[in-house]
Amino acid sequence: MMNRLDTVTRDKAIARPASIAVNDLTVTYPNGFTAVRDASFELGPGSICALVGVNGSGKSTVFKAIMGFVTPTAGQVRLCGLPVEKAISQNIVAYVPQSEDVDWNFPVLVEDVVMMGRYGHMNFLRMPSKKDRRKVDEALERVNMSAYRKRQIGELSGGQKKRVFLARALAQEGRIILLDEPFTGIDVTTETAIIGLLRDLREAGHLMLVSTHNLGSVPDFCDQVVLLNRTVLASGPTASTFTQENLERTFGGVLRNFELGGHALHEDDDARRINVITDDERPLVFYGVKTRKRKKATKQDAGQ
Amino acid sequence: MSALLAELAVPFTYDYMWKAMWVSALVGAVCAFLSCYLMLKGWSLMGDALGHSIVPGVAGAYIIGVPFAAGAFFAGILAALGMAFVKQHSRLREDATIGLVFTTLFALGLLMASLHPTSVSIQTIVLGNILAIADEDALQVVIIAGISFAVLLFIWKDLMVTFFDETYARGIGLKTRTLKLVFFTLLSACTVAALQTVGACLVIALVVTPGATAYLLTDRFNRLLVIAVAIGTVTSFAGAYLSFFLNGATGGIIVTLQTLIFLAAFYFAPKHGVLAARRKARVARDRALAEQQAESKSSTVPEAA
Repeated sequence: MMNRLDTVTRDKAIARPASIAVNDLTVTYPNGFTAVRDASFELGPGSICALVGVNGSGKSTVFKAIMGFVTPTAGQVRLCGLPVEKAISQNIVAYVPQSEDVDWNFPVLVEDVVMMGRYGHMNFLRMPSKKDRRKVDEALERVNMSAYRKRQIGELSGGQKKRVFLARALAQEGRIILLDEPFTGIDVTTETAIIGLLRDLREAGHLMLVSTHNLGSVPDFCDQVVLLNRTVLASGPTASTFTQENLERTFGGVLRNFELGGHALHEDDDARRINVITDDERPLVFYGVKTRKRKKATKQDAGQ
Repeated sequence: MSALLAELAVPFTYDYMWKAMWVSALVGAVCAFLSCYLMLKGWSLMGDALGHSIVPGVAGAYIIGVPFAAGAFFAGILAALGMAFVKQHSRLREDATIGLVFTTLFALGLLMASLHPTSVSIQTIVLGNILAIADEDALQVVIIAGISFAVLLFIWKDLMVTFFDETYARGIGLKTRTLKLVFFTLLSACTVAALQTVGACLVIALVVTPGATAYLLTDRFNRLLVIAVAIGTVTSFAGAYLSFFLNGATGGIIVTLQTLIFLAAFYFAPKHGVLAARRKARVARDRALAEQQAESKSSTVPEAA
């Protein structure tokens, strides 16, 4: 019985591969402010896409439109070919929020939070079944947080909290996962672990949309990018879209751009140049005084 | 000995005492249920505002002879509208708005009651009078509290997710706005019920203290609910029982009992109590001292080298 049900859900998943289609999306808030105008992009299954833009570029509005929290003034959003409301009710979309939106003093344990991811699959009394418990165990295992399952959620570090939210999204089994600034305020180890997990999910056919201003790591793990500044300036594969020219257009004057080359960098006639691009945070640059050929630019990510 | 037991059993021989104890227990239970959400959201004083605001409605209902719940409902809506109006048309902050509106309505209620001393007693409204509650009033209380409790049993998990992480709750398809509306409706209804058992002034205690006490004792929401409801039920039942002997206001005794339990939890709670915090601080200090000593020992070695 159990197995048959599983195959049925799996068949349904195959029938509808993960996709996000945003067509001419315009969102005007009741106060008259148009946060996004005529934005369009399309994403398919097995992809990690970075949503890049300055603060106020409409990143969170696009997220809200995909989650159905704001109604488009014009245009539409379809998820797996379905209207947003239907997709939400079928648990297609899992959301990993920014840490600030949550009450950390709330008396819930780590495993309770992950179980919340299963609520959409339960009946109206929200009584967890064996399958729900198994999914929670698996999700905790995947983010390596099983040892912390009985901890109150506020006792965790920033990186651990992020992993718990990721586990909740895994337990929800959404084919589309939205991550809101997942790398803010976490250590490098956690960042690497999260990126590894996202890659696994991409292999499994999930579609992830990641809003980030951590530009440096985008080419590392995102195969698609959407560049946003009140509308979509460019979208497509990272290799062809995440270019210096497009980034300068996206960030305008907000971006810090350092160009190093020629004799400033080395003594031979190598024509290559180094560009250091960063948004609102100041890059930390070490000057190799003793060994003049070594030059390192490290972007320092401010915590919160 | 048997004489003492017989004495202690006396309250159970009176019908009105049975009624008072069971009605109090039911109201205590459902208010405690609500308190778990209220104190976590920092909305505790809203219970106080509601308790005071409905007084003119209850007084008016008694004067013209309609069910008190109807009057309370009317006054509650008036209070909400009044607060919205003042907020929209002035630059006052929210706490000032709430304070202004609920004291005005409370004063109006007291005035109405004092002008019609025969049909309404100020003491009943302010202090409650469960021992002398009329049968039809008791019925209203039982219906209100019973329905509220049943609804809460169905939606407690959805409310928990909504109050913990509203964005996520909406993301999994919960109707968070409806849920919050239901919550405030239940809160208003239970405030009306509690008015009968502990009176307008002490309603706030019933919708804050049990949840606050339980919060010190557990980190799990389901246990929080069980502990809070147990405290609310037992103290309300015992409060009504004791008021037979003490000849005091039932509300005062119920709230005193709840406060005593709170104080016990405040000091002796195994993880979040004052004593536990002191113990933890002492352990941390000892460890820091030990580390410091170890460090100073080891640091002298390389310096010497």
